[in-house]
Amino acid sequence: MAAHTSQSVAKAADVEGPQAPAVRGRSRMTDNRGGARRALATHWYAWAMIAPVVLVLGVIIGWPLVRGVYLSLTDANERNVARTIGANHIEATYRFVGLDNYADVLADPVFLQRLVWTVTWTVLCVSITFALGLALANMLNREFRGRAAYRMALILPWAVPGFVSVFAWRFLFNRDSGILNKLLDGGGISAIPWLDDPTWAKVSVIAVNVWLGVPFMMVALLGGLQSIPGELYEAAEMDGATPWQRFRHITLPGLRTVSMTVILLSTIWTFNMFPVIFLLTRGGPGDSTEILVTQAFREAFVSSPRDFAGSATWGVLILALLMIFALVYRRSLRKQGEVW
Amino acid sequence: MRRGIAATALVATLALAATACGGDTKDNGGDTQSGGELSGTVTWWDTSNDAEKASFQKIAEAFTAKHPKVTVKYVNVPYGDAQNKVKNAFSSGSEAPDVIRADVGWVADFASLGYLDEVPADTVKKVDAEFLPQAAASGKYEGKTYAVPQVIDTLGLFYNKKMLADAGVEPPKTLEEVKTAAAAIKAKTGKAGLYLRGDDSYWFLPLIYGEGGDLVDAKTKTVTVDNPAGVKAFKTARDLVTSGAAITNATDGWTNMQTAFKSGEAAMMINGPWAVADTYAGDQFKDKANLGVAPVPAGSVKAGAPQGGHDLAVYAGSKNRAAAHAFIDYMTSQEVQVQSAKELSLLPTRTAAYEQPDVKSSEMVQFFKPAVDKAVERAWIPENGSLFEPLKVEYTKAITGAATPEDAAKATGVEFRKILKGWK
Repeated sequence: MAAHTSQSVAKAADVEGPQAPAVRGRSRMTDNRGGARRALATHWYAWAMIAPVVLVLGVIIGWPLVRGVYLSLTDANERNVARTIGANHIEATYRFVGLDNYADVLADPVFLQRLVWTVTWTVLCVSITFALGLALANMLNREFRGRAAYRMALILPWAVPGFVSVFAWRFLFNRDSGILNKLLDGGGISAIPWLDDPTWAKVSVIAVNVWLGVPFMMVALLGGLQSIPGELYEAAEMDGATPWQRFRHITLPGLRTVSMTVILLSTIWTFNMFPVIFLLTRGGPGDSTEILVTQAFREAFVSSPRDFAGSATWGVLILALLMIFALVYRRSLRKQGEVW
Repeated sequence: MRRGIAATALVATLALAATACGGDTKDNGGDTQSGGELSGTVTWWDTSNDAEKASFQKIAEAFTAKHPKVTVKYVNVPYGDAQNKVKNAFSSGSEAPDVIRADVGWVADFASLGYLDEVPADTVKKVDAEFLPQAAASGKYEGKTYAVPQVIDTLGLFYNKKMLADAGVEPPKTLEEVKTAAAAIKAKTGKAGLYLRGDDSYWFLPLIYGEGGDLVDAKTKTVTVDNPAGVKAFKTARDLVTSGAAITNATDGWTNMQTAFKSGEAAMMINGPWAVADTYAGDQFKDKANLGVAPVPAGSVKAGAPQGGHDLAVYAGSKNRAAAHAFIDYMTSQEVQVQSAKELSLLPTRTAAYEQPDVKSSEMVQFFKPAVDKAVERAWIPENGSLFEPLKVEYTKAITGAATPEDAAKATGVEFRKILKGWK
């Protein structure tokens, strides 16, 4: 493990050292000018091979992205975009409005409210999911009877389609006839308005999201745990390290690469976790559990005429936020010597 | 825009190809009305609820008996998601239905977006002459007729006769009486008085009408939901819940309401004729006579319930418009309306249907007809359906105490003015 870490540090220093960007930039420029044609001549088959992928990515990701950014700079809605319905052909009459939509969204207090709750929701979900996943992975990373069965049971939430689980949870949470309140009632505790009270609704959506997210965390971390050589633990035990010390100084550093990746992925997923919120509470009660993506959906699909421009604006803002997050995260990792 | 041009070119090419190689496709489209027999498939998206859908499917498929070459494809789309699904299908054109059952509040919206085909002139004449005028009004937009009314409805107070009798109370006429009745019911039976649906803003309308208010005034283009009457309505909603007179939920309101009322957990609920068939299936109503209906309780000013109902409309892009219009004529015919009144207690939209013995003998129809005649007609504006979502958010907040009635009314007004651009 030590070897592995030092290797990656070395690699990081090699590629991303203080002077690295300058070096990289210069070499690219000089190389490319004369070499491009030669590279094309010698590696034409490689280019030909990746061309379809580039094309497909361009069509399914690039084009909608460009289109979305463009729409966010217009006043397009359902009434003024071009459409053909049977014999009716309606011309597009929307126009370019510059950054007006962004100004409107950012000036609206709703945006800040949604942002604060989205960040809270993401941080809570990811940290609880990670903590639980780590605990479960550690418990499962040892020999005991029926390990396979436990693993199966814990992976189950992952195997069930998301909307099925969310609907199942909705039944459990039902205040009048849900099993959770029946159980509480049996224990003499008065019913909890799970989805009817803003705070409890927040607790509920987080609980469901954690339940859905733990299997992925657990499996990923279990994989990471199994790649940590057992000798390290043996050696540490010989040296008289306590279980906590072993966890702190072997397990955590050993899991670092895996955990950094899963935390990033999980953050992005949770930030944009539409189905859990939408299917469980529809953003309610009121609008208390509405996150940025469900708000974007509301902008586009709930009121009429559908506001394509407004929704695109929300979409671009969400994308921008995630990109900023990813950049900051990457930079902080780079400082710690991690590369991915 | 470039995509628009490409799409147009594609459509044009396809149209050319279709007309060039298939003369008979065109016959199915517009010309058949003058003579030839109807054929092809008519896809109908129906939004009726679980208790009603089997009956409507049977009725719809019986269309084939009249037009053997037409196949009816019945699809049930749950009402809650229908508006979005219909819009998605209509705007993309793929897999779009030929006929939809549209809530009366959606017609102007869809028509204004160019999604609906105008109703043929001879049907329009019939609609104007033979249908209830307030029902016919809901199918019109800017002077043209886009939909034929299928059923009409309004809200009433459903009550469990036995539970009220046990508690020694009469069906309440005002919300104040609801509170006293609920207290008596609670004392005698331990059950709740009223179930007030808290997750759907349609149920807010009787409360605001009861205070003499309305959501908007279309004549003067004014948002009125945040005026004193509106604020009072939000207060009343909150008060019904905090005083213990009503129970409510912020999610799954429909299911919880029906369960509570059918099982006798709540003695009263506010609901419409579409709930009758389902309610009769409940334990408490094995004897149908135990279900009573009364006008919605009055607020401090008057009693008022909204006019609702469903219209049938043809998609402008339908490939089989003649057959689709014939299907609508059939679905809104006298005998079909009488049948659904008899089987499902739904209210016909044809004036003459109310003279039929089967309709006359239906207690529910007999109750709801006068109620519908007095029901408050809503503003048939394209934005009508859009108003319910922001209202729902604030209504739920007010009823669960997450916002004060004043703030809820104010916030609803702000949202309404965003939707209704240029309104006061």
